[in-house]
Amino acid sequence: MAVAARPPPGIQPAGLACLTLAGCSGNQSALDAAGQEAASIAQLFWVMTTGGAIVWLLVVALLLYAARSRSHSEAAASRLILWGGAVLPSAVVVGLLAYALWLMPALRPFGAAAASGLRIEVTGSQYWWRVVYRSPDGVTVTSANEIRLPVGQRVELSLASNDVIHSFWIPSLGGKMDMIPGRTNRLSLQATKPGTYRGPCAEYCGTSHALMALQAVALPPEAFDRWLAAQAKPSPAVAASGAELFRRHGCGACHAIAGTEAKGVLGPDLSHFGSRLTLAAGILPNTTDNIERFIADPDRIKPGVKMPAFGMLPREDIRVLASWLRRLE
Amino acid sequence: MSGTPERQAQEERLRAVWQNPTGWRYWTSVNNTQVGLWYGGAAFAFMLFAGVLALIMRAQLAFPDNDLISADLYNQAFTLHGTVMMFLFAVPIFEAIAIFLLPPMLGARELPFPRLGAFGFWSFLLGGVFVCGSIFFNAAPSSGWFMYPPLATDEELSGIGADIWLLGLSFIEVASIAAAVEIIVGIMKCRAPGMRINLMPLFAWYLLIVAGMILFAFPPLIAGDLLFELQRMFDWPFFDAARGGDPLLWQHLFWIFGHPEVYIIFLPAIALMAMIVPTFAQRPIVGYSWIVLAAVGTGFLSFGLWVHHMFTTGLPQISLAFFSAASEAVAIPTGVQIFVFIATMLAGRVIFSTPMLFGTGGIAIFVIGGLTGVMVALAPFDWQAHDSYFVVAHLHYVLIGGMLFPVIAGLYYYYPLIDAQHLSDRLGRIAFWLMFVGFNVAFFPMHLAGLRGMPRRVFTYPSETGWDWLNLISSIGAYIFAAGLLVVIFDVLRPKHRHTGGELNPWNAGTLEWISEPKENWGVRSIPRITSRYPLWEQPTLLRDVAEGRGYLADAPEGQREGLVTSVLDAEPVQVLRVGGTSGVTIVSAVTLGAVFVALTFKWWLVTAVAAIASLCAVLYWLWTGTNVIPEAEEKDVGHGLMLPLHASGSASVGWWAMFITMVGDATAFASLIFGYFFYWTIHADFTAGQAGPGMAWPLIAAALFGGAWAATLIARTLNAGERKAPMRACLGVSALLALAASAAALAGPWQHGMDPASHVYPAIVWLLVLWVVAHAAVGVVMHLYCLARSFAGRLSALYDMDLRNSALYWHFVLIQAVLTFLVIGLFPEAG
Repeated sequence: MAVAARPPPGIQPAGLACLTLAGCSGNQSALDAAGQEAASIAQLFWVMTTGGAIVWLLVVALLLYAARSRSHSEAAASRLILWGGAVLPSAVVVGLLAYALWLMPALRPFGAAAASGLRIEVTGSQYWWRVVYRSPDGVTVTSANEIRLPVGQRVELSLASNDVIHSFWIPSLGGKMDMIPGRTNRLSLQATKPGTYRGPCAEYCGTSHALMALQAVALPPEAFDRWLAAQAKPSPAVAASGAELFRRHGCGACHAIAGTEAKGVLGPDLSHFGSRLTLAAGILPNTTDNIERFIADPDRIKPGVKMPAFGMLPREDIRVLASWLRRLE
Repeated sequence: MSGTPERQAQEERLRAVWQNPTGWRYWTSVNNTQVGLWYGGAAFAFMLFAGVLALIMRAQLAFPDNDLISADLYNQAFTLHGTVMMFLFAVPIFEAIAIFLLPPMLGARELPFPRLGAFGFWSFLLGGVFVCGSIFFNAAPSSGWFMYPPLATDEELSGIGADIWLLGLSFIEVASIAAAVEIIVGIMKCRAPGMRINLMPLFAWYLLIVAGMILFAFPPLIAGDLLFELQRMFDWPFFDAARGGDPLLWQHLFWIFGHPEVYIIFLPAIALMAMIVPTFAQRPIVGYSWIVLAAVGTGFLSFGLWVHHMFTTGLPQISLAFFSAASEAVAIPTGVQIFVFIATMLAGRVIFSTPMLFGTGGIAIFVIGGLTGVMVALAPFDWQAHDSYFVVAHLHYVLIGGMLFPVIAGLYYYYPLIDAQHLSDRLGRIAFWLMFVGFNVAFFPMHLAGLRGMPRRVFTYPSETGWDWLNLISSIGAYIFAAGLLVVIFDVLRPKHRHTGGELNPWNAGTLEWISEPKENWGVRSIPRITSRYPLWEQPTLLRDVAEGRGYLADAPEGQREGLVTSVLDAEPVQVLRVGGTSGVTIVSAVTLGAVFVALTFKWWLVTAVAAIASLCAVLYWLWTGTNVIPEAEEKDVGHGLMLPLHASGSASVGWWAMFITMVGDATAFASLIFGYFFYWTIHADFTAGQAGPGMAWPLIAAALFGGAWAATLIARTLNAGERKAPMRACLGVSALLALAASAAALAGPWQHGMDPASHVYPAIVWLLVLWVVAHAAVGVVMHLYCLARSFAGRLSALYDMDLRNSALYWHFVLIQAVLTFLVIGLFPEAG
């Protein structure tokens, strides 16, 4: 698991759990549920798969038998159509439908959690995610390409889009929900296990659709509160040497960094960039080298990205910028 | 083929009448056998092209972080793969099979509109080459076959590829609707005498249902294409949320088309199975009524499922529950159809040949796709599976098991009808096992990849997600599958030993298509009377009677291509239908119409206008010379002392039916636009956003004037029936003038109120509805002028009044659309 190369402070145990999980089936699996919705749906899946396998074996066995057997009476064959073709599927389908419809309201109980709980607004853009946390006590934190959420608490997400349709999906936590221009969709998630889970954009959104992902980090509630409080303040490293280069090269036209005069909104907020696990919306591990590569030629890493290449800057400037960004925790 | 001299003379005459031209003129033939084969060959070629694209994609995905092809090329490839497989293979291959098989199967000489069939083929070919060719100029559509706005409406993000998709496919959709009209009228009106509707071969039942579905499914997409292209060309904001539009409207229109489309593809394949299984069980199908009802049920249900493609768009949970239930319900008729085959096999003794191998193998695959379909139809599971590789697996299990395997089965089964030769049983078995194993190796792991979080339409994936070996296995399987398909192609193309003659009905089948002789063009030597569902089994003298010319229309003394028209339910002969023969006008019409669409794509307005005029001229020439030809006599003897009229008009004529069916499709497209109007109405508190409307006065005046134009048309029709030529002509003229005045009034509403269609969706949809009606009025005026010209040329009389009757029918539809439009745009802003 390269992306978790250096887990941020406070989630070491979670990071380790995630590493072992990744060893078996990746951290993006709907079958390794770490959320309430994902667990219910995985159970539904296993029930249906078992039933489906039985039905399939039955049909194929009948087919083989029918191909080989001597002829049966037409009346018997007609009865088979009635029972096998109409009655059996009807019964199965009604049963399954009842199961699924009973499940549905409990999975996404909108409204109940919204009043008091934490709300996270995620806005899709080509090809990254803006994330804004609004906690019940009025704290607002802006971030990008990573969401953190407290384990055991229901979190309401409101999902929107800036340009084209995207879809928000963290398979280990729950199902997906589209982000549609002009609309705000809601999703409700409850993580049950601490860990880091990857989520891809699930609606085709253009050239680099495949390169748009995010990390969801589920933290124990206290750790989450500490983290959110830290994020609400500017990074301690903000005044260091890179800040001046950031200003001079005009990065602030698109990016915002709390504690500096950079207030751009076109690109991701970089206030606590160093604390993120990945770079370029879940594509590369967040290392100084990778940051340098991205600044110099973003289109090479992510075709069609809006950020222009800054390869013409002095190498030294890029290096300083990258290491400064990496330290913005 | 020996016989009396008289019989030989008959055969000579028939052969001469139905003969195909030679040399380059061969391509002007319109005979159903030729057109069917060209159609099928072209569809197959497009399938291979799309298959190669799939192989390139599988090579790219074989390894994580692969850079074999660029992101952009990959996106073009998957867009074209889906588009071509759906629009250029899956639907057209059945139109091809239907055009090829239906006439002999129904005991007809030809379908009622052979030139329309040829026109459809040429349109399809041109449109298909245009769409496919774009990838060689790096200009192919890359927004996915579903073309969701705003990605696909944004000029910068989608480029000219989106226009090629929209206009190229609109052109092909025209061909599909033409084929649907041809198939519906052919099945309803051109069956052999005695073939009552409950004796019809199951293939005909299925094709009738499918053609009906095309008629209601394609028009919403055409309406959607129209909205889409208006946004791309003129910035009318139908899908732009910032100006009151909504990207979800496209999703609704697309899937109202897209879901029935799945069954439009699947049902004809089941129809092939319904022909193959009884033959190899050597007994009639068990549960004929069961399977017909199940097919009809599937057809109806398929229009109520589209929202299950939109379960993750944030619709209310009550909608999700409703559409989950409807989607589950379709499992029941599908189950019935599968069990009808099992029951037939049980009740007979099965001969297990290559067609059966492909057929039953296809069922085994399809059932898995059906079961995963039951899974994804449940909204909660779909939240996880939607747009993941699980769905990729599901849809390929459905389409390859439910469509491609049966088509290959059909190819092995029907090949003797094409060539009087068999395909190789040994190669067939090799091909089957390669395809069956390759398919499962390729697609089964995709279920797991999807559940492990692999989204669709990704050109690459990182290695740490654990999908690498699953993808490698899939890629290997894809190449094994392709190898199997190559064996099939080799089998078809390899030179075969020509043994003398070739036997008729080599599988000892029971249905009528097997009386057709591959080396003759006349379809059937003479038209038999049918008294059973499996005439070749149950009417022992039928084969000889047909071959010895003891059926109807055994001769062609007038040198005309003739078939019988029979009544819809009981198939009693009512008319001799003279169909169009070899003609280049179909190609000219298709090429000029194609030029209109191509020129529009590149926004060459002048070329568009010239091509449109040329196309109109070609069609008018075609109509003038080829339709409603006044026969030399009123009746003729078709054999057995039966005298039948050579002409019919009004609802007794096939032309009237074709017009009616076309206009039903047209009205469906119109209904889709009205749906759009009210869709905007419901999603906004104030749909007009404070913009001025067209007022009430002009729309109501326009509606009244259209009423006048319609009434004048009806009066003209009545006057014509009394042979009162002068007042009839005057009425037609008045009607045309009223239609022009009505159009002016219609345009005056939005014009005078300064409605700017680019500013907001409300003026845009009002303008669109008005222009829709005005365009229809323009066509109506052309029809009036055509009737006037026919009258002055002495080709319109009380007896031969088909042109006028069809115009009147057309005007009924115009009136309905005009009145609805002006009531909606004139009254509804006020009422709201």
